[in-house]
Amino acid sequence: MREISFSQAIVEATAEEMRRDPNVCVWGLDVGPYGGAFGCTRGLYEEFGPERVFDMPISELGYVGMGVGAAATGLRPIVELQFSDWITLPSDALINQAAKMRYMFGGVLAVPMVLRAPVGGYLAAAGQHSNSYESMFAHIPGLKVVLPSTPYDAKGLLKSAIRDNNTVLFFEHKKLYEIKGPVPQEEYTIPLGKADIKRPGSDVTVVAYAFMVRKALAAAEQLAQEGISVEVLDLRTVSPLDEEAILNSVKKTQRLVIVQETWRRCSVGAEVAAIVAEQALDYLDAPIVRVTARDVPIPFSPVLENYVLPQEADIVAAVRRVVHA
Amino acid sequence: MEIPRETLIRMLELMLKIRHFENRVKELFAAGEMPGFVHLYLGQEAIAAGVCATLNQDDYITSTHRGHGHIIAKGADMKYMMAELYGKATGYNKGKGGSQHIAWPGLGILGANGIVSGGIPIATGAAMSARLRKSGQVAVAFFGDGAANEGAFHESLNIAAAFCLPVVYVCENNLYGVGTRQSCVRKIENIADRAAGYGMPGVVVDGNDVLAVYEAAYEAVTRARSGEGPTLIECKTYRWRTHFEGEPDTYRPPEEVEAWMRREPIAPYRRHLIEQGIISASEAEALEQGVIAQVDEAVAFARNSPFPAPESALEDLWA
Repeated sequence: MREISFSQAIVEATAEEMRRDPNVCVWGLDVGPYGGAFGCTRGLYEEFGPERVFDMPISELGYVGMGVGAAATGLRPIVELQFSDWITLPSDALINQAAKMRYMFGGVLAVPMVLRAPVGGYLAAAGQHSNSYESMFAHIPGLKVVLPSTPYDAKGLLKSAIRDNNTVLFFEHKKLYEIKGPVPQEEYTIPLGKADIKRPGSDVTVVAYAFMVRKALAAAEQLAQEGISVEVLDLRTVSPLDEEAILNSVKKTQRLVIVQETWRRCSVGAEVAAIVAEQALDYLDAPIVRVTARDVPIPFSPVLENYVLPQEADIVAAVRRVVHA
Repeated sequence: MEIPRETLIRMLELMLKIRHFENRVKELFAAGEMPGFVHLYLGQEAIAAGVCATLNQDDYITSTHRGHGHIIAKGADMKYMMAELYGKATGYNKGKGGSQHIAWPGLGILGANGIVSGGIPIATGAAMSARLRKSGQVAVAFFGDGAANEGAFHESLNIAAAFCLPVVYVCENNLYGVGTRQSCVRKIENIADRAAGYGMPGVVVDGNDVLAVYEAAYEAVTRARSGEGPTLIECKTYRWRTHFEGEPDTYRPPEEVEAWMRREPIAPYRRHLIEQGIISASEAEALEQGVIAQVDEAVAFARNSPFPAPESALEDLWA
């Protein structure tokens, strides 16, 4: 199968959906002729023109809020934030408007908007360009939150997100953009809310998502040499969460390590741990262990950043802990 | 400007509907019949009526916490509004929204909004949507003086002007944001002056003169629909009641309230229509009696409607 990069997969998914549905359009910062800060809109302006692909001023509340209004009135806008860290600025449009409008209005309208935004650290980009805020948005009823880990998943999930009638936050890890992987030429979609076993195993379940899936897979490879069989479950969507997949895997392996790049407190990982504690505690042979960022802002100096963010060695150590508990 | 007779009468009817609806809500709320909070539109009737009289049914509006007037003027049925205020299953939004969150896309009503300035980007996006879909629709954002100090206002107006969007921004300047006099927190006298900073026309009108509002809105809506871009209209007005019902009026001089109430918008307009022979005194009286009967009917409908099933609270989240 041919291989394309994660960012090319984003472009392909967007272009295919724009060809399929004339109401799909793209706006954000530098998404036009510039092609997006990370190349995720490259070629779209040339193919679809300034009517459907256009640049916005640096006014996040304005242009994300417009996405809400446009989505409520017949468009399917894909709004790109150049860095997800700035999602704090349009948070009212997302939390108080997009997430609630359908419910608050008794189901009389829908807000089929996709907000795409790069997340993540390990780039020495410091405290305002390295964040992963998915936990905050997974907390909000009415928003779907997706974080793909491979080019294949990115394309299939983005196509589903564009077709979804709800507001979807689509977070793309910056460290994944240039990574290549197999993506078929043929049309396919991946349903939102379904986790994926990226590596089957029998001794311990490692739940991860986004860039952490790669670290978990590398750790699993290393642990295999020690005779530890790790199952890596990629959540892919953190809201809605595939509880069934999590519980099935934990019931099989009876041990759970949760890996996330973002902070520990009140996070996706905390939710996964709570679900397992509520519904599968009797199956566990060891306490749940979480590998997360430390609860401080992401520091600049790589020495500090690497200390704060989870590393492959942390995952290896966590798995050893639960296996030898 | 020549305004069609039916439009002139329609504006009187809309203002009367708003006046009687709000007066009834005031009484029912005071009597403890309604849960929550209500923010009444009394005194500002000419703005919703004058603006919405220039719109088509499929044109869009966004509204505010003080939204009953806009919803009525855009053509809503007072029965379903009243039921929504009562939290009943038969309300426009099944009792999930209440007074501050009535929406009905079939009439272009994209929602009253409890977040000050929350509707401004939404109306701007609806205008972008109308343009990309080449539908010929116009969007109107209603908002207050307080919203004009929000970032959403600035960001939206700049984008709307840059993209020449079919949107009209209607600022209802009633002098107070909750209990704060706006002149204490805003240096300039006219919010409409800000339009120049975005490259769009800014117009100040007497918000208690429905004909002045209509003419300004008509020009702005025509401009928007013909592709010439947005307009900011500032309507100078005053709310008769406090920010919300039940709030003591500790912040407004009584003589100021009285002076504005003497400038109430409906009676002079009604006299004008009679003097001009547009409507006879008896026809006006019949119109008003008809409106009162509709409000009575709305209250009866709301009272007799069932509450939603508690478990319906879990419905309508996902599309």
